[in-house]
Amino acid sequence: MGAQTKKIEHITGSDALLQSLIAEGASTIFGYPGGAIMPVYDKLLDYKGKLKHILTRHEQGAVHAAQGFARATGQVGVCIATSGPGATNLITGIADAYMDSTPLVCITGQVFSPLLGTDAFQETDVVGITSPVTKYNYQVTKADEIPAAIARAFYIARSGRPGPVVIDITKDAMIATLEYNYEPCNYIRSYVPEHKIKRDQIDKAALLINSAQKPLIVFGQGIILGNAEQEFLEFVNKSGIPVASTLLGLSAIPNNHPQYMGMVGMHGNAAPNIKTNECDVLIGIGMRFDDRVTGVVSKYAAQAKIVHLEIDKAEINKIIKSDAPVLGNVKESLPILTELIEEGKDYKAWIDSFQTCYDEEHKRVIKEDLQPAKGKIGMGEVINVLNSITKGDAIVVTDVGQHQMISSRYTDFKKTRSMVTSGGLGTMGFSLPAAMGAKFGRPDRQVISISGDGGFQMNLQELGTIAFNKLPVKIIILNNNYLGMVRQWQELFFDERYSNTPISSPDFVALAAAYKIDGELVTERETLKDALQRMWDSENTYLLEIKVAPKGNVFPMVPSGAAVDEILYGDERK
Amino acid sequence: MKQEYTITIFSENSIGLLNRITIIFTRRKINIESLTVSESAIQGVFKFIIVVDCEPDRIANLVKQIEKQIEVIRAFYLTSDEILHQEIAMYKIETKALLETSMIEGIIRRYNARILEMTHDYTIIEKTGHKAETQELFNQLKPHGVLQFVRSGRVAITRLRKELLSDYLEMLEGEHRLPVIA
Ligand SMILES: Cc1ncc(C[n+]2csc(CCOP(=O)(O)OP(=O)(O)O)c2C)c(N)n1
Ligand SMILES: [Mg+2]
Repeated sequence: MGAQTKKIEHITGSDALLQSLIAEGASTIFGYPGGAIMPVYDKLLDYKGKLKHILTRHEQGAVHAAQGFARATGQVGVCIATSGPGATNLITGIADAYMDSTPLVCITGQVFSPLLGTDAFQETDVVGITSPVTKYNYQVTKADEIPAAIARAFYIARSGRPGPVVIDITKDAMIATLEYNYEPCNYIRSYVPEHKIKRDQIDKAALLINSAQKPLIVFGQGIILGNAEQEFLEFVNKSGIPVASTLLGLSAIPNNHPQYMGMVGMHGNAAPNIKTNECDVLIGIGMRFDDRVTGVVSKYAAQAKIVHLEIDKAEINKIIKSDAPVLGNVKESLPILTELIEEGKDYKAWIDSFQTCYDEEHKRVIKEDLQPAKGKIGMGEVINVLNSITKGDAIVVTDVGQHQMISSRYTDFKKTRSMVTSGGLGTMGFSLPAAMGAKFGRPDRQVISISGDGGFQMNLQELGTIAFNKLPVKIIILNNNYLGMVRQWQELFFDERYSNTPISSPDFVALAAAYKIDGELVTERETLKDALQRMWDSENTYLLEIKVAPKGNVFPMVPSGAAVDEILYGDERK
Repeated sequence: MKQEYTITIFSENSIGLLNRITIIFTRRKINIESLTVSESAIQGVFKFIIVVDCEPDRIANLVKQIEKQIEVIRAFYLTSDEILHQEIAMYKIETKALLETSMIEGIIRRYNARILEMTHDYTIIEKTGHKAETQELFNQLKPHGVLQFVRSGRVAITRLRKELLSDYLEMLEGEHRLPVIA
């Protein structure tokens, strides 16, 4: 045999895993080592220039970071953990990614395959436990299955309606060798990621839209996931129809667009919520009629014909029966629909009627939210000042609670993928690690994490990861000394019985200092703007703890069990 | 009002899939009345037949969730009058009881059941039919002592000529020639 003959490459399963990840374009992965995944961690040292591994301080931090990375970049987020507790610590993030259609590949180590089912040390049935919350999962027990399993995982995670995939790999499969040959996957017989657009469905949708006098567009994250922002904008511009966003759709269109009417849902804007129940044709695009959007379903847009553009067949007619469903990727269906709709129809009176609702909301809620006349700093006020500094140019990553709703209501967005928030699952503790992942993915953009005092304490260990990596994320804690959103419900629906919602906190600035992170405490209105400016201008990580009014509330509100036009403004009892 | 549906699922043969399918039912608190898995007439394609009692307005969404599973090729639901279906039941009785009177023999004849095996000790009777029919035979035999009883899940077949899936698979294969493995 001559020296020139091509050698068939025999490598270990661990090498194959890492080379497969690189072949799929993964550049940064988040994880935490342990016994069952040690062979992979050992090999990580050999791929240092090609694959950056970020050691988080908790596996939950790793999975949320991978989510933040995916949502900010549009790429598949990757995280890696050991068997047993390592894998179970990922579950919350996997479930969150499943609800919010985030493409993730999660690699978990597993005990040696002969030990499966013997209650071996750190053995957990990861495939069983993650089945309800994954798009797909698979256990690899042989080294030579690894490249194909990873190829499938990435294909499934990012195609169609994206979602999390778990690949559980036994330790012996990591150690054994295989002939390595990487083939990307682009077809699985039993899987239809995108249905071919049916022309007659679009014709029917166009007919309905063209016949409408009072149409309303409600869009969701499907626009962003489909990279269809441009196609959507063209549809919006040509049609002249007013548009509203779901929580996860935020930033798909700049919110200074003249037809943009705000956010729908429980704490959405009054106008699009009220108009939902007045429109004659409701056009849902890349959204799934979540119950926080619809309020009580039987009274949701009952008067309207429904057009629903959606990639996931199981979402069509799931909650709201549609008169003209358009199954398929909105990136493909929207341009055809745009062709077919009439240009520049006159909706002036209809659009003006939104303004009346907005004025009402402004008078009763927004004015005071943004510029409180007196008293402590308000959350809305912080976002308002922040807007004046960021000019809508930051990626805002929120936690869950009042600050989340206030941030989504008031943040200005100029660019897509600028809002990362836990929608479907509503996971407290999401913000800090997700912001970290977003910053790793988009070092060119400013990333601001906004948390409450409660949620920040759920994953504050990731300050360690941020400090070690000198990651210049900006961190805002809106400290109201309460689990504010729960307190608000206690105030409104539980006779002001504040059971276990006052919450104490450490000195967050001192905590940051312990990690050698710059920080500042803001208690007075007068210092707010300068402090935010210092945070924004800083080249380093920067933490701002802002003391806000302890009993501020988020309004308007569609209380649960009410219709979307049965809105509380918060001044009813005064 | 709930109605009985027979769900037919065509799938790849994969280990975790049964679990992924059953949790779709348990999560919605829908009880599986019976479940049968076998290979279909198409090689390599497996067929689940699941019988459930479910509200008509929920069944379509339920089946879409099943079809959404990556390894499910297609899933269909039909009401009982749209399919031919059978269940098989086996009954074990004491041979002594059978020989003592001619009553049991009469029951076996009347119900078109047959004897599978007979020993000194026991006799095994088999009957194929709808659930109501196999149940009725059980009720008849019960006073004479039934030692063991078992009924299979439903097997069902459509009144169409081919598998519900055949045309679909042909279309898929046409679009996507599977790579030939040398
Ligand atoms: C992991 C988790 N546990 C509990 C909840 C329920 N919950 C929703 S909002 C909230 C309060 C959040 O308090 P904080 O982080 O201080 O934010 P605030 O509402 O005060 O802005 C709680 C407990 C949740 N969403 N997630
Ligand atoms: Mg709080």
